[in-house]
Amino acid sequence: MPVVNVSHDLETLTLSITAEFAAPVQRIWALYADPRQLERVWGPPSHPATFVDHCLKVGAKTTYYMTGPEGEKYYGYWVLTKVDEPHGFEFDDGFANAEFEPNLDMPVSKNVYRFEAIASGTRATYIGTYASREGLEQVLAMGIVEGATSAINQIDALVSG
Amino acid sequence: MDAALEDRTDALFRALADRTRRDILRRSLVQEYSVSALASFYNMSFAAVQKHVAVLENAGLLVKRRRGREALAHGRVEAVRSAAMLLDELEELWRGRVARIDDLLAQDDNTPS
Repeated sequence: MPVVNVSHDLETLTLSITAEFAAPVQRIWALYADPRQLERVWGPPSHPATFVDHCLKVGAKTTYYMTGPEGEKYYGYWVLTKVDEPHGFEFDDGFANAEFEPNLDMPVSKNVYRFEAIASGTRATYIGTYASREGLEQVLAMGIVEGATSAINQIDALVSG
Repeated sequence: MDAALEDRTDALFRALADRTRRDILRRSLVQEYSVSALASFYNMSFAAVQKHVAVLENAGLLVKRRRGREALAHGRVEAVRSAAMLLDELEELWRGRVARIDDLLAQDDNTPS
């Protein structure tokens, strides 16, 4: 398993995950820089992601949406706040309407991605911080949680059939 | 378990034991919807959808507020999930991403150059 460490901070609503990939830092950077590759990994199989605009430059705005099983779309955007090619980038991730205008009523999460060369390839560290529990709930409620991990989907599976 | 808690649990499960209500809840967790907007998603009458919304509301899974003539509904995830569970779910999502990156990188090796 490529995930080597996970930490949860309930006080600050921060999730940190460290993973190791058998590929050089440049390759990992290229994956994140290419919207076509990024969308292959971003959304779970039930909610594929489509990146509309995407450029890893400070101040650039990425726009994307995820499509749920019944065709419902969830729109989001990133604002790149720090970029250090190929060692990592930081961005604010928020919700948007269908025109990709930020929904300012919804909390924005702060994300820090770092890629570090190690003997076996790359150690990637992902840190996400949510301003409020509500913000975290909204992110998960977008339906981006895979199958059985979502309470509602679990119930779905239990009672259907 | 006291009787009140048992009643609440019954209401919760009854509310969720219906496909349309689960779908309404899923949608209204993401954003507020008026009942008429929700009704447009389903092949059923406004009154039928309104009844579903009322069942979810009675179970504490959804709250309504008025805006002018409209009743806007939104889901209450906290009714069923704690912050710890939320971080667990986020971890699952991120683990899924890492696994998909790993799969994608594995294809690099298999692609003839």
